[in-house]
Amino acid sequence: MSFPWAKEYTPTNPVMRFFDEKLPLPRLVYNAVGAGYPVPRNLSYFWNFGVLAGFFLVLQIVTGVVLAMHYAANAQVAFATTEHIMRDVNWGWMMRYAHANGASFFFIVVYLHIFRGFFYSSYKAPREMIWLLGVVIFLLMMATAFMGYVLPWGQMSFWGAKVITGLFGAIPLVGEPIQVWLLGGFAPDNAALNRFFSLHFLLPFVIAGVVILHIWALHIPGSSNPTGVEVKQESDTLPFHPYYTAKDGFGLGVALILYFALVFFLPNTLGHPDNYIEANPLSTPAHIVPEWYFWPFYAILRAFTVDFLFIPAKLMGVIAMFGSILIWFFLPWLDKSPVRSGHYRPMFRKFFWFGLIPAMAVLFYCGGAPAEEPFVMLSQIATAYYFLHFLVIIPIVSQIEKPEPLPYSITEAVLGSDDKAVLGKNAKTAA
Amino acid sequence: MTKLLSIRLVAILVGLGFAVVALYSFVVGAYAAITEEAPAHLPYEEPRDIAYSFDGPFGKWDVQQLQRGFKVYNEVCSACHSLKFVAFRDLEQIGYDEGQVKAFAASKQVPGIDPNTGEATTRPGLPTDYFPSPYPNNVAAAAANNNAIPPDLSLMTKARHDGTNYVASLLMGYQEPSAELLAEHPEAAPAPGLHHNPYFPNLNLAMAPPLTTAGQVTFDDGTEATIEQMATDVAAFLTWTAEPTLVKRKQTGWPVLIFLLFATVLAYFSKKQIWAATKRKAA
Amino acid sequence: MADTAATATSETAVVTDDGIRRRDFLDIAAVSAAGIGGLAVVYPLISQMAPSKDVLAASSTEVDVSAIEPGQAIKAVFRKQPLFVRRLTGAEIQAANAVDTSSLRDPQTLEERTKEGHEDMLVTMGVCTHLGCVPLGAAEGEVKGEYGGYFCPCHGSHYDTAGRIRKGPAPANLEVPEYEFTSDTVIQVG
Repeated sequence: MSFPWAKEYTPTNPVMRFFDEKLPLPRLVYNAVGAGYPVPRNLSYFWNFGVLAGFFLVLQIVTGVVLAMHYAANAQVAFATTEHIMRDVNWGWMMRYAHANGASFFFIVVYLHIFRGFFYSSYKAPREMIWLLGVVIFLLMMATAFMGYVLPWGQMSFWGAKVITGLFGAIPLVGEPIQVWLLGGFAPDNAALNRFFSLHFLLPFVIAGVVILHIWALHIPGSSNPTGVEVKQESDTLPFHPYYTAKDGFGLGVALILYFALVFFLPNTLGHPDNYIEANPLSTPAHIVPEWYFWPFYAILRAFTVDFLFIPAKLMGVIAMFGSILIWFFLPWLDKSPVRSGHYRPMFRKFFWFGLIPAMAVLFYCGGAPAEEPFVMLSQIATAYYFLHFLVIIPIVSQIEKPEPLPYSITEAVLGSDDKAVLGKNAKTAA
Repeated sequence: MTKLLSIRLVAILVGLGFAVVALYSFVVGAYAAITEEAPAHLPYEEPRDIAYSFDGPFGKWDVQQLQRGFKVYNEVCSACHSLKFVAFRDLEQIGYDEGQVKAFAASKQVPGIDPNTGEATTRPGLPTDYFPSPYPNNVAAAAANNNAIPPDLSLMTKARHDGTNYVASLLMGYQEPSAELLAEHPEAAPAPGLHHNPYFPNLNLAMAPPLTTAGQVTFDDGTEATIEQMATDVAAFLTWTAEPTLVKRKQTGWPVLIFLLFATVLAYFSKKQIWAATKRKAA
Repeated sequence: MADTAATATSETAVVTDDGIRRRDFLDIAAVSAAGIGGLAVVYPLISQMAPSKDVLAASSTEVDVSAIEPGQAIKAVFRKQPLFVRRLTGAEIQAANAVDTSSLRDPQTLEERTKEGHEDMLVTMGVCTHLGCVPLGAAEGEVKGEYGGYFCPCHGSHYDTAGRIRKGPAPANLEVPEYEFTSDTVIQVG
């Protein structure tokens, strides 16, 4: 579906005409990210991160395929082949640093993409399916990133694998058999390493598939926008190409400058030194931490330190950690406000900036810090707020909040007036 | 509508549940924090900040320094520490010629096979061989070192926070524990066979001071071999062994960044121009 | 007019007489820069598949030839490929020298294929020049082909006692790698 004023693909060149008849792929691209896709004209730079996430997915697949040409998933040699890539393979060091930091950048842009969604309530009808698929992508990314981190077979790889699979051991009764089954042994070894490699190679293509569904679902209602007012007329939109291709091109340039600055000048800053020590099943690092992009969830996991009634602390931590993401699936139905954009929601906005963002910042920081006071206590408060925010505050605020008046249309929001606007009707959309 | 309401009711209850359990943990933890004394950390020192030629975005190797550091490794460290990811051929990158590398490789015995009997034996090294380990396996290494296995040094400077400075500081840092430290932390006193070092996280290190006297190594370039000189040079050498491509990485980075900056500026003006017409205010 | 978006859109379609609008220059430059960037990325992606440093470095092998009796051959390994070292008998040398080189597909004399003073020592790669199979004839009891040298079973190439192609599809003689005698009994290949 698209807006009635969307431009029709009309190939002029005979080769493209041939394709359009036999396999309308050019038409598909034209309608997806070309001039045939009308997009709200008021998208801010926060709307760049979807395209950037797609770029980093491709980058990870390309560099990953290259690394897989030189890497061997065997506990005897995995660490050595990684070093072989760093030392002997032509441009191997660049490929590996690009892949390791590419994962970080993938998560950075995806987090910004998700927080864009939180603030502008992009999850709301009619875009629930886009949001649900997005959460699926995020879960797949986390699984992929976790397994990828195990592959170099350093100390953090090994102990990360052990600790994370150990989470399943918290499940009553079946936990331990599940852990042994996941690892194919009693501790991470060849069996685990090989299956992680296999899945780490497979999952990105699954992600790519879900990304296609995500974009497909996006093209049904069209993109949301910072006002949250739906597109009403042609003057509310601009064709994706050239307007947003140009804007995304510039955004990509900025992202790449930051990314390559990291790759070439600070490639190990986001990593942990212990992963340059070969895996040793007999010696645990002083301080096991996952990669930075897992820190908020790791902090939630560790926030539950005391058994509560009949629930063991460990089980509660595991449930809360997985739950903290799974609750995103329900957001479209928890937030009842008729207004999408946080710009027009005074209470929601305050809770977002002074509640959720600080709580996430605390969780990020504490997840990377040692399990000591005051970090544990801080993450306990932040964890409590995190769940309250999504499960209690959002449902209640969306019920009682009085939204501010909305512009009549996107055109009015951008240009200050819209001929088609009817006097006194501006606030009507909110009702 | 009622169904949706019930979803939100369930959510509110679940949310309150999570919050209550988290806050319960908080209260118990806070009570413990007030009533019990947290186990104190032994106060170790951050590595000293030493200036190296390869620091910073324009850094380059100081080949003389790498060669001096190599000599320190070869004459001191290699008695106990392996360097298993470095091949003799790699030494050509720090300014040795093919002949010198061949001669050095041949002076080392590496594991081999007797061509007549098939028995395990040793043979002189070739440039393609890797630095041999001083011990045949970890069990032998532990047995010879009071159960502390000397770690491989190939990646040491990347395997520690601020690794280059850490290695240098550690090598220069051996000293007797101060009286104040022992008064405050009696457990910090070195056990038999351990050595006090303020840069080592638990202050007690199994490795005996390896650099003990000035002039322990004679440098080919005539540099005076003070302990500080040997320690900084070997730390520089181990930075090279940890990442031989470090300088090439930085040198590749500049053209990439300059090109991207140029392309991004172009993209910015291109975007601005494309969008110019849409920004016109209504008349 | 408020409807400038539509105006801007229709503007895009307007093409002036010279076919290129002035404002296109920036866009073309930006797209070209992106293209150049994309091409630059291709270089390391291709280069990474070329032999790595350790593979390039492992390119010389020493072989002790003292134990090879006349008429015998040994197989050694050079750059992960078989290397044949064969001590020729007097009769084999004679047979090789008796051939009129102009009648050969790849004309070479035995002298050109051996080192001075060691004409009885034939050192060749054990790689058929047709499609890379390992010819028979180096080990005791293997078929040596119609010309008493080597025989490649894959597609029936026959090599003579100087390792020269005599019959079958192979286009050239068995390759003689670069090597030298470091002593009377040891050769260094590569």
